[in-house]
Amino acid sequence: MDKNQRQVRLMRQSLFDQGFLDEQFIQLEELQDDANPNFVEEIATSYYQDSSRSLQTIELALEKTPHDFNKLDGYMHQFKGSSSSIGAKKVKAECQQFREYCKAGNGEGCMRTFQALKREHATLKKRLEAYFQLARQAGPIETARRPK
Amino acid sequence: MESSFSSPRNDSFPAGLRVLVVDDDPTWLKILEKMLKKCSYEVTTCGLARDALNLLREKKDGYDIVVSDVNMPDMDGFKLLEHVGLEMDLPVIMMSVDGETSRVMKGVQHGACDYLLKPIRMKELRNIWQHVFRKKIHEIRDIESHESIEGIQLIRNGSDQYDEGYFFSAEDLTSSRKRKDVDNKYDDKDFSDCSSAKKARVVWSVDLHQKFVKAVHQIGFDKVGPKKILDLMNVPWLTRENVASHLQKYRLYLSRLQKENDIKSSFGGTKHSDYSSKDLQGILSVQNSINIQQNDVAHGSYRFSGNNLVAQNADPKSNEGDIKGIVSEPVAEPKKGTTGNIPDSQKTRSSQMDFNSSYAETQKGLVGNVPDSQKIRSSQMRVNHSFASVESEVNLTAFDSTIPATYSWNKIQLEKEHKPLIQLNNGFSKPQLPGPQHHFQADQLQSIPSISSRPSIPGGDVTGSSKSKPSYSEYTNHHGSHVSPTISPTISATDSFPGQTKSCVVDHQLSETISTSTSNMKNQGINLSTDLESAQRNLILGSTSPFASLDDEFQICWYQGDCYGMNLELQNVEFSEYTDPTHVTEVPAHLYDALRFEYPCDPSEYSVLDQGLFIA
Repeated sequence: MDKNQRQVRLMRQSLFDQGFLDEQFIQLEELQDDANPNFVEEIATSYYQDSSRSLQTIELALEKTPHDFNKLDGYMHQFKGSSSSIGAKKVKAECQQFREYCKAGNGEGCMRTFQALKREHATLKKRLEAYFQLARQAGPIETARRPK
Repeated sequence: MESSFSSPRNDSFPAGLRVLVVDDDPTWLKILEKMLKKCSYEVTTCGLARDALNLLREKKDGYDIVVSDVNMPDMDGFKLLEHVGLEMDLPVIMMSVDGETSRVMKGVQHGACDYLLKPIRMKELRNIWQHVFRKKIHEIRDIESHESIEGIQLIRNGSDQYDEGYFFSAEDLTSSRKRKDVDNKYDDKDFSDCSSAKKARVVWSVDLHQKFVKAVHQIGFDKVGPKKILDLMNVPWLTRENVASHLQKYRLYLSRLQKENDIKSSFGGTKHSDYSSKDLQGILSVQNSINIQQNDVAHGSYRFSGNNLVAQNADPKSNEGDIKGIVSEPVAEPKKGTTGNIPDSQKTRSSQMDFNSSYAETQKGLVGNVPDSQKIRSSQMRVNHSFASVESEVNLTAFDSTIPATYSWNKIQLEKEHKPLIQLNNGFSKPQLPGPQHHFQADQLQSIPSISSRPSIPGGDVTGSSKSKPSYSEYTNHHGSHVSPTISPTISATDSFPGQTKSCVVDHQLSETISTSTSNMKNQGINLSTDLESAQRNLILGSTSPFASLDDEFQICWYQGDCYGMNLELQNVEFSEYTDPTHVTEVPAHLYDALRFEYPCDPSEYSVLDQGLFIA
């Protein structure tokens, strides 16, 4: 237990150190309580469900040429907002880059950035899944600390 | 009357604050819900703007504050913002991941109390109660200041603007002071409760407003004064102060309409479609649309009934078509909201509000088309202006405690910064804000003169001049939707102009006048609506878009007054005759029965409405 907990903590810290997550994630953790003991994970799950759909939409839109940059920018704006909900830092950075290319009318740049975005999105998902799984195994750290 | 005010949150404010969160992002919705719950607030979530509006309309007094995202698929967040501000007068907080200054500014222009950037911190949400509290305080202040507003300044200021010089002389104001004693209880009721944050204001029902408008017309815009109006109206319990503030609002309303018309004209026959296509881009857009509507409606069919009722002729349908962007949406929605969801008084109100808005919109269209009627309208408008004298928010609230939307609208307006939005009105170019408190510009009111008549157009107008009650309902719905759009512009304008608030006032007054007239005309039945419509149209035409916006505003004000139905009824009724209005209380009931088929307007309703107004 203890070892697992330590591992969980390390995993969590690296997510921040490596720039995958930002302060928003901590906000979510602070919201977690007895009423919602798995709040963070629920939010992450909700995010991934929603964002996967969004990515598909954007992908389809990118396939249509000539590119409708306004539309793409709109989608990405929405996606960025969504990604900000869990503090997906790297994903957000790619979103911003994508929007820059949209504004510049650079279709090539948009497509490249979109690929990078998908990668970041997938990477974070894997990292979070591993993290939550371990966290569940390690047991709620608070409970462990709380006197019975 | 206060019963509905009490809510759990009163005990341990801000705990229990009833928040409605609107966001199309399900993840954010969950997060916000959790955050707000942690603040001990009562949270309701909504994924669609339309659903949110429905919820708000169903339970007018069910929420204290709305938190909404800016980008939503079914409706622009700004539009929702306007609707909420107009109809429910609730504080609205906008959210977005986009923090661009222009966006934030737009939010503020549309009436947002605050603009939060995503990701949102919990501490930011923790403090949202301050907006509810602030609004409450302002409302109380408005009511209290209402009494002190003589409107003289406004009038004077306003007169400069308008060539017609509609403004009542100071003597009128002072001489009517004696009226104050007539029924101080109303005043007391209205204002003495301010401290408790529960105000019993004079509700400017449609009947009352119609009486008012009729009186104004009878006196003549340039000679109008609260005392004269009061005398003519012959409403024993009404005080000169009530009339003065209502007049201010009316004038503001008119001036606003005028401005809108002006703006519209500057755009050269804006088409509704243009307008409709986007949400109001600040006041301008609204105004333009308003103008457009007026133009459309301006056919000669509007008879200038000589009453204040501005032939809003903007048949709802024309509005709808024209205002597509802004109007159509609201129209569609309000209908649903108003008819389906809002029970009784609330519905009435919404519909009324919608009416107003639709009115306003129609009016715009009319502006262009009716040549001769325009003259009439302009004169009407002018009259309105004088009536409209900038009324402080208080006035508005005074009249319609019942109609929260209207009421709040004004308030919001006052609270917000006033930017000189409305370019408008020819005459009103200068925003003259009569008293310090009410910044609204007399100009705006002036432009609205025609609008007042609009109230008469409710339902009927919407569909066409010949409509009678049935159309009324249409109108109501229509109006509801319109109201939002049109009113929003106005409101935004108000923000920029203090005067806007006045517009509401104007509306209110107008509606009152109209209501008054209607009551008189009750006997005549709805057929008058046609007359009114035409009259209104004429008014609208003449007045140009500013009126339209004023109408909306005006109408909105009415509704707050509690007799939305009445207002509508009035519209149908031709108020050319200024028979002594039956007692106001009588009228409403009568009107409702006769004209409004849907919303029973009885005193008890009013009280409910009053409560409804009290958002906090």
